[in-house]
Amino acid sequence: MNEIQELKVLAYDLRKKVVEMIVEGKGGHIGGDMSVMDILVSLYFKVMNISPENQDDPDRDRFVMSKGHSVEAYYAVLAQKGFFPMEEVISQFSKFGTKYIGHPNNKLPGIEMNSGSLGHGLPVCVGMALAGRMDKRNYRVYTVMGDGELAEGSVWEGAMAAGHYKLDNLCAVVDRNRLQISGSTEDVMHHDSQEERWYSFGWNVLSVNGNDIGELCDAFELAKGCKGKPTVIIANTTKGCGSAVMENKAAWHHKVPTPEEVEQIMKDLDARKEALS
Amino acid sequence: MNKIPNRQAICDVLLKKAAEDKDIVVLCSDSRGSASLAPFAEAFPDQFVEVGIAEQNLVSISAGLAKCGKKPFAASPACFLSTRSYEQAKVDCAYSNTNVTLVGISGGISYGSLGMSHHSAQDIAAMSAIPNMRVYIPSDRFQTAKLIEALLLDEKPAYIRVGRNAVEDIYSEENTPFEMDKATVLAEGADVLFVACGEMVKPALDAVALLKEQGISAGLLDMYCVKPLDRETLIREAQKAKVVISVEEHAPFGGLGSMVSQAVGSTCPRKVINLALPDEPVISGTSKEVFDHYGLNAEGIAKRAAEELK
Repeated sequence: MNEIQELKVLAYDLRKKVVEMIVEGKGGHIGGDMSVMDILVSLYFKVMNISPENQDDPDRDRFVMSKGHSVEAYYAVLAQKGFFPMEEVISQFSKFGTKYIGHPNNKLPGIEMNSGSLGHGLPVCVGMALAGRMDKRNYRVYTVMGDGELAEGSVWEGAMAAGHYKLDNLCAVVDRNRLQISGSTEDVMHHDSQEERWYSFGWNVLSVNGNDIGELCDAFELAKGCKGKPTVIIANTTKGCGSAVMENKAAWHHKVPTPEEVEQIMKDLDARKEALS
Repeated sequence: MNKIPNRQAICDVLLKKAAEDKDIVVLCSDSRGSASLAPFAEAFPDQFVEVGIAEQNLVSISAGLAKCGKKPFAASPACFLSTRSYEQAKVDCAYSNTNVTLVGISGGISYGSLGMSHHSAQDIAAMSAIPNMRVYIPSDRFQTAKLIEALLLDEKPAYIRVGRNAVEDIYSEENTPFEMDKATVLAEGADVLFVACGEMVKPALDAVALLKEQGISAGLLDMYCVKPLDRETLIREAQKAKVVISVEEHAPFGGLGSMVSQAVGSTCPRKVINLALPDEPVISGTSKEVFDHYGLNAEGIAKRAAEELK
């Protein structure tokens, strides 16, 4: 099994951790966790120069989880990376007085910025990318946004500034799962064509299957090579990816699966994983 | 009469310090002229970021810069900075604990005749309600300079508000008593204690002199540190007086007066009067015309104090 295949397996294993976390915490944004997982696994285990060992290194890559509600997927990836114990986050997630709250908090190791309110990640990353350029550092800056999030005007303020300043050390990812809490993103607020919108703001635009780690890693490599403009990767994903119980169902934006649903979801995730080998 | 507005004092300090510290970064939202920061942009183009008319972006970009070791000063009209980008101040600066100094220029009713859209009479209330956000409203150019120098020494978020116009000096080059987060005692009094901030300090100081002519002993605190409020000095001086009067260029709710009332009321009960702008769009005019209209001048402040002491 090659490295990409191993990461695909890991992504399914971490989805199972997310399910455990949400059942234990009695809440969570499960649909977006499942769609974004392959993006996070690609970034943390292949693309970015971030680890518990270098978390204070000024040359480390920077990441901001702009779609902060997918914190369960983020926690699972950070725990797997060694920033904090997996069993601790699963058992304490969303409990009274916990440090593992329902949105990213930078009191936890590995988390740069607090998020939760949408439309903040990209503008913050513009600042991080500008700082890197000012200091002539080679780190890269990454953020992941949801597609419903793109209705926030502040996203486009950030997009405008990144294009204006030609921030080629910045790479944004849109988790384009086409569903938000009220239904289809196109019914709630029209977002197509993503490619044309970002292009018009001066960005390098790449579109990939966002649940294919191989395609994602290739796109991140292309982004690193793109000079003179920031890159956005439109990651076309499936909300709830990993189990037919959840896939493409807006009702699973946030939902705690029943014990029967958990059993089926875990079976489905195992089946997808086994199909890889 | 001094002709240097407080905003220019900020630029002067930053020009001096930026030469030695490349991490000082100034950001403007098409506001470099009105913030008196054009000289900074010219002198340090590599330490200046223009974001255009986008206050939310201004604050978030500042937070990102701060997270990577920079010391950003984000300057924009206080009316927009304190409300348009309120959530960015709350989440990206205060909650994420980034070393961002938000500089609200042309604050209060500086843009007198431009209407309520351009007035920031809610900024103390808004910013003070955010945990981990400090609020400073310096009175004159000398105190403003001391405050900026002090803010450069720490790494916590802060909001400061300065007015558009030059204001009369209270302090001087040689004599500007300043201790971070400690009110400056400008006068001690046995009858009334004034607690003022920003542009209201000077008329309150003049009111002290007017009252003295009437045989009334008035004290005055320059409470430039609205949050954290210097409760220790406030209570100590309030205990010497019969009545406490707060004076501020702010809406009547949630500002300096509210904080002074809470502190005095819970600790050393005295009658507390809050002099502020009314809870309505203020009348059109220059700052002086507006202050005169609402009695926020030396005569009005002194008159109110004398009435309370009858």
